Amino acid sequence: MEPITGTFTVKSGLAEMLKGGVIMDVTNAEQARIAEEAGAVAVMALERVPADIRAEGGVARMSDPEKILEIMDAVTIPVMAKVRIGHFVEAQILEYLGVDFIDESEVLTPADEEHHINKWDFKVPFVCGCRNLGEALRRINEGAAMIRTKGEAGTGDVVEAVRHARAVLGEIRRLQTMAPEEMYAYAKNLGAPYQLVKLTAEMGRLPVVNFAAGGIATPADAALMMQLGVDGVFVGSGIFKSGNPAKRAAAIVKAVTHYRDPAILAEVSRNLGEPMVGRTVESMPEEERIAYRGW
Amino acid sequence: MKIGVLALQGAFREHILKLQALGVDAPEVRLPEHLDDLDALIIPGGESTTMGKLAESFGLLEPLKAFTRQKPAWGTCAGLILLANRAVRQKKGGQPLIGGLDITVDRNFFGRQVDSFEADLDVPALAEVARPEDPDGPFHAIFIRAPAVVEVGPEVQVLARLPENGPIVAVRQGHLLGTAFHPELSDDLRFHRYFLHMVQTA
Repeated sequence: MEPITGTFTVKSGLAEMLKGGVIMDVTNAEQARIAEEAGAVAVMALERVPADIRAEGGVARMSDPEKILEIMDAVTIPVMAKVRIGHFVEAQILEYLGVDFIDESEVLTPADEEHHINKWDFKVPFVCGCRNLGEALRRINEGAAMIRTKGEAGTGDVVEAVRHARAVLGEIRRLQTMAPEEMYAYAKNLGAPYQLVKLTAEMGRLPVVNFAAGGIATPADAALMMQLGVDGVFVGSGIFKSGNPAKRAAAIVKAVTHYRDPAILAEVSRNLGEPMVGRTVESMPEEERIAYRGW
Repeated sequence: MKIGVLALQGAFREHILKLQALGVDAPEVRLPEHLDDLDALIIPGGESTTMGKLAESFGLLEPLKAFTRQKPAWGTCAGLILLANRAVRQKKGGQPLIGGLDITVDRNFFGRQVDSFEADLDVPALAEVARPEDPDGPFHAIFIRAPAVVEVGPEVQVLARLPENGPIVAVRQGHLLGTAFHPELSDDLRFHRYFLHMVQTA
């Protein structure tokens, strides 16, 4: 057999290698190097972090390729970048640039209110957000090689990340107690393909790696998500909107590895300086919440 | 028999499942004291810079060096980089290595993720350990942003190359084993059996 590239095995395989790690949002080469030095497993190349996207408003799009290339040149770890939901041409551009992972992200303004990208068309792997098991399995059916449970990005409030991780993991536990014939109706109610529902029940977890994202601002937040049962975490505005990014980033990396060790969690949480100011999700009007984008 | 798996980050669960399928006790290693009583160690795939950093900050680097000088160890992908004496194309400022294998590895030799691939490898050494229930013939290997071995010292045995006299992707030097690919992701136990055999005969 000749060597073959772009298979689902190599796409989901990269996600397997990121497990137990922290993926950090960065906006320039200097931040990317700080993230790499702190022990990030990958960086997400952006023009603006979610907190600034919220503050500035307007349409949020794929970053300038110049910016992404600058970040790819600065580090040896994988580089991810975001495209708008359904914007397959932005994805074609990122694949051409050679980014390692594409995030089809609700943090950007959606380009299609009905369809997500057909991710089977690409050699580069995709990560997509979800709020529940049905949404996760619909994205996997479209070819996503990795899932992240959505939080409310750019808030520093972990409540939505917890809500959606609990939803997904709870639904998987429920699924495992079902009789085979009950799974057909459950699949229908989830709006997900029966074969993926059955596979999830057999595996006792999502068929791809599942990270938590959105609102994670402290080592304790990261360890909380790990103890709930996710495979790793994305940290967006929480690092570079804080008082001491290098120290906070390294502390969150250690917290994800030692997430069950309160002695280490206490140690790494000391003297981290100001966390990002944050904004409670509860205080936000419905139309400002972005976790609800995606179908 | 106890074979620990370094669990700082990466695909450690997959190695543990493979070892358990072979009836081996496979504890997770995150701190120096977790190395006590182990017969051997696997360093999994993941990000080598992340693992190196975490090993350094929790005082694991020296204990890992001491352990792998004496006892069998196997590094896959990032683990191969960590077990190499020399690595090229590292991040700016270099990265901490455990060393032990007299080889030079080129990090991300094959390029970025879009160049990651699957390939069939001829690995004659696996014939010694294969069982009737194992797959026949070549080993189906998965390479993810993989390194390659670009130089080997005189004591290093080359176990596998990519087809057509391609780059070296599996090596052994005494009690140390290194693979640029991920046998923990393949549906094939032969590489794990091979390492187990190394541990039993060490």
